[in-house]
Amino acid sequence: MIEVKNLVKTYGDKHAVAGISFKANDGEILGFLGPNGAGKSTTMNILTGYLSSTSGEAYINGHDILEDPIAAKKEIGYLPEFPPLYMDMTVKEYLCFVYELRGCKLPRNTHLKEICDLVKIDNVYERRIANLSKGYKQRVGLAQALVGNPNVLILDEPTVGLDPKQIIEIRTLIKKLGKNHTVILSSHILSEVQAVCDRIVVINQGKIVADDTADNLSRELTADHKLIARIDGPKDEVIKLVQTIPGVVSVVADMQRERGVWEYNIEAVEGTDIRRELNRRLMSRNWYIMGLRSSELSLEDIFLKLTMGESVTEFLSDKADDLEEHYGEAEQ
Amino acid sequence: MNAILKRETRAYFDSLIGYIFLTAFFAASGILFGLSSLQFGSTDMSGMYGGLFFILLVLIPILTMRTLSEEKRQKTDQLLLTAPVSLSGLVMGKFFAAMIIYSIGVCMTLVYAVVVSFFGSVSWLTVLGNVVGLELLGASFIAVGMLVSSLTENQVIAAIGGFAAMLALYLIGSISALIPVRFIADILGGLSFSARYNPFTYGVFDFSNVLFFVSAAGIFLFLTVRVLERRRWS
Repeated sequence: MIEVKNLVKTYGDKHAVAGISFKANDGEILGFLGPNGAGKSTTMNILTGYLSSTSGEAYINGHDILEDPIAAKKEIGYLPEFPPLYMDMTVKEYLCFVYELRGCKLPRNTHLKEICDLVKIDNVYERRIANLSKGYKQRVGLAQALVGNPNVLILDEPTVGLDPKQIIEIRTLIKKLGKNHTVILSSHILSEVQAVCDRIVVINQGKIVADDTADNLSRELTADHKLIARIDGPKDEVIKLVQTIPGVVSVVADMQRERGVWEYNIEAVEGTDIRRELNRRLMSRNWYIMGLRSSELSLEDIFLKLTMGESVTEFLSDKADDLEEHYGEAEQ
Repeated sequence: MNAILKRETRAYFDSLIGYIFLTAFFAASGILFGLSSLQFGSTDMSGMYGGLFFILLVLIPILTMRTLSEEKRQKTDQLLLTAPVSLSGLVMGKFFAAMIIYSIGVCMTLVYAVVVSFFGSVSWLTVLGNVVGLELLGASFIAVGMLVSSLTENQVIAAIGGFAAMLALYLIGSISALIPVRFIADILGGLSFSARYNPFTYGVFDFSNVLFFVSAAGIFLFLTVRVLERRRWS
């Protein structure tokens, strides 16, 4: 279990981490999401004892990383942003070194063999790390974090530099590890976090802007104000009609799905439900709704929304006002 | 600490630095031995041991330049500093690894003594005193070199900086002679590495000198630990 309370790290007068608190439970995969420079790596470096926080506390399985660093570090396997590899060693020598460094008590050869099989580096076991490809280096870095079977895994952008097949393999591996480890992984790739993590903490400019499960995050932020509708009717007239519904911000004909049936992206002002009105008006013209679904916000949207804060809503409501004015004039 | 000690010792030979250091050390001590003992047909080896002081000024920085700077540059310090190892354990591991390589060099001087013993009687206690003195001097120089290495990410700067620092410690005695204030001159004179080392080469084994070098090594190693510690906070 990892518990972080009000963590602050300042460089000069710049706040790299400005008061972060969160908790990762046993057997949970927690995703750190944020743009580059949001403070993800700094937070991870503090959790692993590489950096010291300016203020605040971090507990790894109950051990304070500042007060009792050795005990806390024993619980952690850490893959930093740049895998800390000694280029002049072979994979075998390197893993044996890490094994000794961490004071690991498990039977050495079988333990290292298991790890190599797990991250699929057994075929480069005897090769010098300097000669390995980036993908293999990344996996050796991950192997290093697994030595000693620590309870807590902290992985800083674990899939960087891997090809799509390897990415899927590593994600599957992380999911598997997440069953009996506490895993924190950071990423700025949203689909990755969505695919792997149970819970997502979104960080921006050193602050947590959201902390919830991936589903909840997307549910909370999604709304019925963005619709995708298939409507049987003449395209231009349908657009005109839908635009007259109060609250509609924009209507865009996407593409013709069936003969005479177009798919429209309809966006209304947040908090308004236009579905009934849409039905009523289309019926009155004898046009038909062939399909209707709310367009769920993807994590990309959520991310933009959370990191842009209020400005997204402002942006949208400004747009709504403009449109209202526009149609007001047109009606007159 | 053991893991680091083992890795570092290996790394000296994997990266050729160990071979370069030992080759240079053997060559320098051999030349000094030839010029002092062999040329004059003497069993007195103080000339060689005295001369090695200057050789160390150049060679020790080679041994210590990459100890901590390279870890920082390659970001492998993230592995060491997040492993369940204390900072002092880390620094001591690296220190002892350098000491092992250095000691191999120093042991070579014993071979010269054995060679000389075939031709005349060697004062073994004096030789032993000299070896102890050389070990102590090397230990404190290695500690100085590691401190400089911990301050930079660049090996070359670490090597040149280490040389400059050791040169300063050597010259401190000569500088003290120029200072008119007696009190300051005494303090600086007391800190002179050469003034502390030379008695060993004359065959004088003064315990205060032993204590001086042990404390010097201890202080510089302590400062190295502090530098690493401070880096976490900055």
